[in-house]
Amino acid sequence: MNVIVCIKQVPAKIKIEIDPKTSALASGGVDRAINPPDLYALEEGIRIKEKTKGKVTVLTVGPAKADESLKEAIGYGADDAVLLSDPAFEGSDTWATSLVLAKAIRKIGQFDLVLCGKQSIDGETGQVGPMLGEALGVPFVSLVNRIDELGQESIKMMRMSDEGHQLIEMTLPGVITVVKEINVPRIPSLRGLMAAKKAAITVWNARELGIDPATVGMAGSPTRVSRVFFPQRASQGEMLQGDPESQVEQLVERLRQTRAI
Amino acid sequence: MEYFLSEQQKTLKSLARQIAEQRILPVRAELDEKEEFPWDLIKEMASSDLLRVFIPEEYDGLGGGCFDLCLVVEELSRACGGIAISYAANALGVLPLMLYGSDSQKAKYLPAVASGNRLAAFAVTEATAGSDASAIRTSAKRDGDQYVLNGTKQFITNGGEAEIYTVVVMTDAAKGSRGASALVVEKGTPGFTFGKKEKKMGIRSSATRELVFRDCRVPAENLISREGMGFIVAMRTLDRSRPGVGAQAVGIAQGALEAAVEYAQQRVQFGHPISAIQAVQHMLANMATELEAARALVYATARTIDAGAKSFTEESAMAKLFASDMAMRVTTDAVQILAGAGYMRDYPVEKMMRDAKITQIYEGTNQVIRSAIALEVLKRKAKLE
Amino acid sequence: MTSDGSGDIWVVTEQRDGRTKAPSIALIGKARKLAGERQSRLTAVCLSQVVEDAAQLAAYGADRVYLLDGPVPDDWNDDAYVKELVDLARREKPDVILATSGSLSSSVIPRMAVALDTGVSPNCISLDFDHQSRMLVQTRPAFGGSLMANVVFPNRRPQIATVRPHAFKKGDPDPSRQGEMIRVDFDRQAVSAKTKLLNVVKDLSGKVRLDEAEVVVCGGRGLGKAENFQMVAELAEVLGAALGTSRPPVDDGWVPYAHQVGQTGKIVSPRLYIACGVAGAPQHLAGMQTSEIIVAINEDPRAPIFEVATYGMVGDLFKIVPLLTKKLREARG
Repeated sequence: MNVIVCIKQVPAKIKIEIDPKTSALASGGVDRAINPPDLYALEEGIRIKEKTKGKVTVLTVGPAKADESLKEAIGYGADDAVLLSDPAFEGSDTWATSLVLAKAIRKIGQFDLVLCGKQSIDGETGQVGPMLGEALGVPFVSLVNRIDELGQESIKMMRMSDEGHQLIEMTLPGVITVVKEINVPRIPSLRGLMAAKKAAITVWNARELGIDPATVGMAGSPTRVSRVFFPQRASQGEMLQGDPESQVEQLVERLRQTRAI
Repeated sequence: MEYFLSEQQKTLKSLARQIAEQRILPVRAELDEKEEFPWDLIKEMASSDLLRVFIPEEYDGLGGGCFDLCLVVEELSRACGGIAISYAANALGVLPLMLYGSDSQKAKYLPAVASGNRLAAFAVTEATAGSDASAIRTSAKRDGDQYVLNGTKQFITNGGEAEIYTVVVMTDAAKGSRGASALVVEKGTPGFTFGKKEKKMGIRSSATRELVFRDCRVPAENLISREGMGFIVAMRTLDRSRPGVGAQAVGIAQGALEAAVEYAQQRVQFGHPISAIQAVQHMLANMATELEAARALVYATARTIDAGAKSFTEESAMAKLFASDMAMRVTTDAVQILAGAGYMRDYPVEKMMRDAKITQIYEGTNQVIRSAIALEVLKRKAKLE
Repeated sequence: MTSDGSGDIWVVTEQRDGRTKAPSIALIGKARKLAGERQSRLTAVCLSQVVEDAAQLAAYGADRVYLLDGPVPDDWNDDAYVKELVDLARREKPDVILATSGSLSSSVIPRMAVALDTGVSPNCISLDFDHQSRMLVQTRPAFGGSLMANVVFPNRRPQIATVRPHAFKKGDPDPSRQGEMIRVDFDRQAVSAKTKLLNVVKDLSGKVRLDEAEVVVCGGRGLGKAENFQMVAELAEVLGAALGTSRPPVDDGWVPYAHQVGQTGKIVSPRLYIACGVAGAPQHLAGMQTSEIIVAINEDPRAPIFEVATYGMVGDLFKIVPLLTKKLREARG
């Protein structure tokens, strides 16, 4: 079974600064790592590969240094990795990112299952997985927490819904996003990590992917971030004074006034 | 301090940290409470190659040295000294084989240890013998192509859990310490049983048991080196393993210092975090300084050993002595900084204090260690070569 | 799709057991205000024709209510929803499509967006019209809530956003408001059955769902031990609230992970959030700081939770919480 796992490289520590001129996020000098929710997708992909004697290819859209995360993914057990990198991709929103991923997967050709994490810890959109499914024109299921049966033609799995769980059968090829309940990602081996450091990472740019630069990046993205700012903590908080009895009385009074209760 | 680790050492260190933070931290309190041997964690370390680190490459290992082992032990100890010692005692168990074993002995045992299929343990201590190896009572009498073992080894780390035991026994009691020999005994050998699991103050997730030999027959080919070499084997083994105890102490102290700093910055008294109080600041400063000095000594000693130094008994003893005394002070101060909370078992520092204590005791009490260091200092008249 | 200037606003509503969920009703209220500001028509889109309270949607502000002939939401079929929404949107060309975040925004909404050749701004906490550009300005948190971003759609339409449940207050219904009820029947060119629902397992706990609750009562490490959660559970019960917790009690095994509020747990935004013995680590604040009213009870006046609290109470939570429970119980009779 040919499995494709899409990952994102994110800041290892979420420490944010804003470039006052461009409004762009500056996270320079901060260590970068595989987006933690993507590790569940990677683990599940590697388990499927081990079970089916298949192959796992990892994809990411990012700058040249994102190849470190792809190498790490190989250290975990992925067979192959492709970095989708082009100055034209910079500033891509979720729509444009999924378009680039879809083009890459089409270029790879044969695939059975694409796995994505639930969302990234920086952008927190959770949109690329479902958008990729639609862009590829294949079935899609979100928030999968268990794979029950994996056949040549279809996959049976449990997904988390707002009310509980749903058992769903999906024809292959398809795309799924997974949640952390699906597995416990393995710890990679030292030999695997060391060998992966020497792995050659394929890089595809816009031209190689057959992408018109105008359709991706800042220019081609439907959405645009017009402003980034730190949240204003409404520090009009009121400290209720007195003994517990009177504190509780004041609170109930205020909650009534604001119709919170 | 920047210790300029190689690319592989950096990866090794971060891998050990990943295991410590993702796997050990969530269970350390429970394993300590239940005194449970961490088999799942050992398997996990095996599959991530951590048990291969110190085994030579020709025996499926990664050919790392004393320093690589210290890096792993330190990272594991930062989370739990008990789990770290189960890992380190395994390395200690195969050291006699690595140093003095024949090619066929190495080929037989080292790959199984490298893969994590079998754990090892090292056994010297008895009820009447510890640092005084000449007082060893466990005997091994040659009978044809076998040795017949009788006696009891005490306080053996990994006892009962390990499958490969390197045991120091008396083959000729009349010769005193020169009559000692080292043998490999496999778990399951008839006549070889275990005493009950000891209840310890600290490192409670590790297993400590008696090894009981009653007419236990071991093939003569299990003899390590020659008869009479047991004391030498034990001494050279400990020379190499003591920096590991130092690394364990450094790791435990690191964990305690981090907990103390975190608490000091959060705990507010009189309107300020207690980290703003000079008395607390000076405690933290001393802890950090002593810790870094110990780390530097342990690393320098391990690197000296790996660089091929001929004699390092003194350095190795110093690394163990200094680091373990430091760990006891630092963990005690960490409990003091956390005060009431520090004394409670809901917080991790009291466990660190209990775990630290053993580093002053095993592989030679710090009193015996001081004697050994003094002997060397007197011998060289304190002069530097 | 380019704008045809009709300026319609759609709200894709969610139903359970035939009734519209509270966050969808609140979103209708917000959309009504936006529609009023620029004189647009507001359409509520229901994913099924079995909606008992469709008239309510009009009362809260919908000019039109579309009742699609898809399967009832309890019989999930994302493929069908996507297809029907896309067909309808292609036909009607709305300017804005809104929905609450939740499992809709993990699948149906983004897939619909791609099919319509536009993007999505997910998990917004505020929506405003920029009158100059006539664009919808969507505000959404990122980086665990440590950062806010304004998102706009410069040239693609529709502008699609999902919003956090309870990001907006429920409006006041106007029972006299009448809406047009429109049943939409599709040529059932059977949605290709690439996905099939085999079984549904409902959570049997019967408890209020954390991320949908209007009130959340949260217990933290300050409770000391698992047994003490009973105290906050009682307060939650009186308030009809969901029970939440921070990370340490989950790590220590006091409370199951399902109750964890924070960046690595559930993100909640209720009308009232009561934090009992919660210090307020950044990762916890990221999961609740957009709550409308935050009450913090903690013995440590420097606890970061007080920085986001609407009402702070420094003191012994073992005294304050039972008193509060008693007071509220008396008030309810």
